[in-house]
Amino acid sequence: MSEDYTSMWEGLGLDLAGHDALLEVLGNGYQDIYLAQKDRPEGMGYFDFVMSEVHGLRIKELLDEKAAGRKVIGSFCVFVPEEIVQAADATLVGLCTGADFAMDEVEKLLPRNTCSLIKSAFGFKLGKVCPYLETSDMIVGENTCDGKKKSYETLSTLVPNLYVMDLPQVKSAEARALMKAEYLRFKGAVEDLTGITIDAARLKKGIEIVNNKRKAIYRLSNLRKADPAPISGLDALLANQIFFYDNPVRFTESVNKMCDELEKRIEKKEGVFPEKAPRILISGCPMAVPNWKLPWIIETSGAVIVGEESCVGERGTRNLTDDNWDTEEELMEAIVDRYFKVDCAIFTPNPDRLEHIEEMVKTCKADGVIHYGLQFCQPYLMESIPLEKALEEKNIPTLRIETDYSMEDVGQLKTRVEAFVEMIK
Amino acid sequence: MRYAGIDIGSRSIELVVVDDASEVVCSLQADTGFNPMAEAKKLINGVNYDRIIATGYGRNLFEISFEAPTVTEIKAHARGAWTLFPGSQTVLDIGGQDSKAITLFENGKVKKFEMNDRCAAGTGKFLEIMARTLGFKIEVFGTEALLAKNDLSISSMCTVFAESEVTSLIAKGQSRQEIAHGLHTSVIRRAAGMINRVSSEGDIVFTGGVAKNPCITTLLSEKLGRNVRIPDEPEFVGAFGAALLASEID
Ligand code: SF4
Ligand code: SF4
Repeated sequence: MSEDYTSMWEGLGLDLAGHDALLEVLGNGYQDIYLAQKDRPEGMGYFDFVMSEVHGLRIKELLDEKAAGRKVIGSFCVFVPEEIVQAADATLVGLCTGADFAMDEVEKLLPRNTCSLIKSAFGFKLGKVCPYLETSDMIVGENTCDGKKKSYETLSTLVPNLYVMDLPQVKSAEARALMKAEYLRFKGAVEDLTGITIDAARLKKGIEIVNNKRKAIYRLSNLRKADPAPISGLDALLANQIFFYDNPVRFTESVNKMCDELEKRIEKKEGVFPEKAPRILISGCPMAVPNWKLPWIIETSGAVIVGEESCVGERGTRNLTDDNWDTEEELMEAIVDRYFKVDCAIFTPNPDRLEHIEEMVKTCKADGVIHYGLQFCQPYLMESIPLEKALEEKNIPTLRIETDYSMEDVGQLKTRVEAFVEMIK
Repeated sequence: MRYAGIDIGSRSIELVVVDDASEVVCSLQADTGFNPMAEAKKLINGVNYDRIIATGYGRNLFEISFEAPTVTEIKAHARGAWTLFPGSQTVLDIGGQDSKAITLFENGKVKKFEMNDRCAAGTGKFLEIMARTLGFKIEVFGTEALLAKNDLSISSMCTVFAESEVTSLIAKGQSRQEIAHGLHTSVIRRAAGMINRVSSEGDIVFTGGVAKNPCITTLLSEKLGRNVRIPDEPEFVGAFGAALLASEID
C-alpha cells in the first residue's frame, strides 16, 4: 500500500493487530495465487492495484465521498438492486465474505454447520477487520437461504444499521409482487438515508451506470470463448469480484481497456494456457474475495476456467435492466423484471439454472463443469445432485466439489480436480 | 525400453517397471516413512528405466524433486486394473488414507469417480487403527474377522467414535472377532455406497492394499451381489498403471 492508512483504520474502529494479520494473509495469498501466474494481460495491472489498495485507497475514496455527502451501502447478495442505490448518488459495496476470521467468536453465535460465507460475514464484523462494513451507512441483508435469514436476526444485534429485505422463493405473479413491494420499500429506505428523492431521471442514470458495468463484463466473458484463452479464470474472477467494490465508472473503463488488449491477443492467437487446454465451467456458490482456492487448484492442474455460473459471475451480471421507459413506475418495473430472473438456488423449483449452465457450456466451449458447493449450503448442494445427473445425461462431464474456506482439504481436492482434468482431456 | 511407475502413498511406496510388451520386469515396495522423497530416491536408484511417471498423494513432490510427469491415483488404478482384467468397467481402490470408486469406458478411460471425503472413515487407516484397538495384527485382521459367528453392528463410521464404541464393546465382553467383523462391515457400507453412486452392475476390480483383506473382499461381494476380482498384488496396481501410462507417452 502506498500510504500509511493506520489512522484511517483506527478511526473506523478496526482492530489493528487483527487487521494487519488479515492483510498479510491476503497479500501472501495474492502473491502465490495471482502474481505467480504467467503471461497475464497488462490490463490486470489495474486490478492488481485495486486489490493492493482494497483496504487503503478505495476506503479513503469512500470516506471522501461520505465527507461530500454521499452514502455507502453494503450488501451480501446480488438481489440488492444497485440501480436504486446509484440513483440516489450512493455507492453500493459488496461485503467480502471469502475468508475465515475470528472463528472462535463466530462459533459462539452461529452453529458449526453454517456455511463459510455466513461465518465469514460474522467473523469480519466480530474481528473488526472489514473497513467496508464499518464505512457503510446502511447494510442490507436479504431473506434468501435459511442460513442467511436466521443469521441476520443475530447480526442485527452487532450491526445496528442492518436493513433486511424480504425476497420471494418461487417465481409466481404473487412472488413478483412481493419483490416489487420490497424494492419499493428499499427505494424508500434509500431515499430516507440519502435525503434524495429518486425520480425517473435518477433511475435512468442509475440503470445506465450499472448496465455499462455489466456490458463491460459481458464483453470480457465473450472474449474468454477464444482458444487459447486470452485470460485466466482466476484473473477474470478477480474482475468479477472487484465489480462489487470499485467505482463503477472507473471499473467499466478498466475492463473495457483490458478487453481491447485481449482482442489483440486473440488476433495473435496468444493465450495464458496452451491451445486445446481443457476448459472448465465453474458453477455454484458465489466466490467472494479472497476465496480463490478452487480456481487456483483447477488452473494449477492444467485446465483453464472459461466461465463462472455464479453470483460473482454470470448469474449476478446476466441481463441488463431495460431503460427504454419514461416513468418512475415503469423503470421500477423494469428493475424488478431484471432481478426476478436471477436463478439463485433459493428459488424452488429453479429450472432456469440448468438451462443456463447448458447454454454456458456451449458458448464458453467448456469440456466439463465443476460444481462448487460450500459445505452446509443446502440450496446449492441439494441442487447439485439433479444438476449433475442432468448434465451427465447430456454427456457433459461434471464433478461435484463440496468444500469450505480451510486449506486442509487442498491435497484431496487437487487429486479430484486433476483426475477430472485427465478425464476430459 | 523400460517404463517405470511409482506410487507414493501415505503408508507405502511401490515401484513397478515394465518392458515394451507391458510385462512387469521388476516391482519393489518400501515404507513411506517421514521422508517420502528419500525413500523414493532409494527405490529408483536401484532400477533401470527410460521413463517414469509418479502417482499417489506424493506425486507432486516427486514431480518437483525428480522432474517427472504425474498422473492421479484414479487414472493409474483405472489403467492398471483395465489391463489386468481387460474389459473391466468398475474399479474400487482402498488405500491407506483414501478410497475411490471408478467407472471406465470400454476403452479403459475414466468415465466417473467418487472419492471419500477428508476423514479416514472407510480407508486402510481406519482398519489399521481398529486392529490395534482390538489387539490384532493388521495382517490377520481380516482372517480373524471371518471367524466371527455372529454379526455385530458398529454404528460409527468416524474413526474416533468407532474407537470408543469398540472400547465399550470390549468392556462388555463381546468377542473380539465379532467386533472385528462389525468394523469390516462398516468399511464395506462406505465402499458399497461409493460404488453404487457410480455403477450398478458388472464385475468389480478391487485394488489397493486393503484388497488383501479376505473379510473385506468377501463382504463386498456379498453386500453388492457382484463378482469381485482381485489382482495378485493389489497394492501394486497404481504403480503398474503408472508404468503403462509412461510407456504410452509420445
Ligand atoms: S447465491 Fe443467492 S443468496 Fe447468495 S448472493 Fe447469490 S442470489 Fe444472493
Ligand atoms: S452459500 Fe448457500 S448457505 Fe451460504 S449464504 Fe449462500 S445460499 Fe446461503
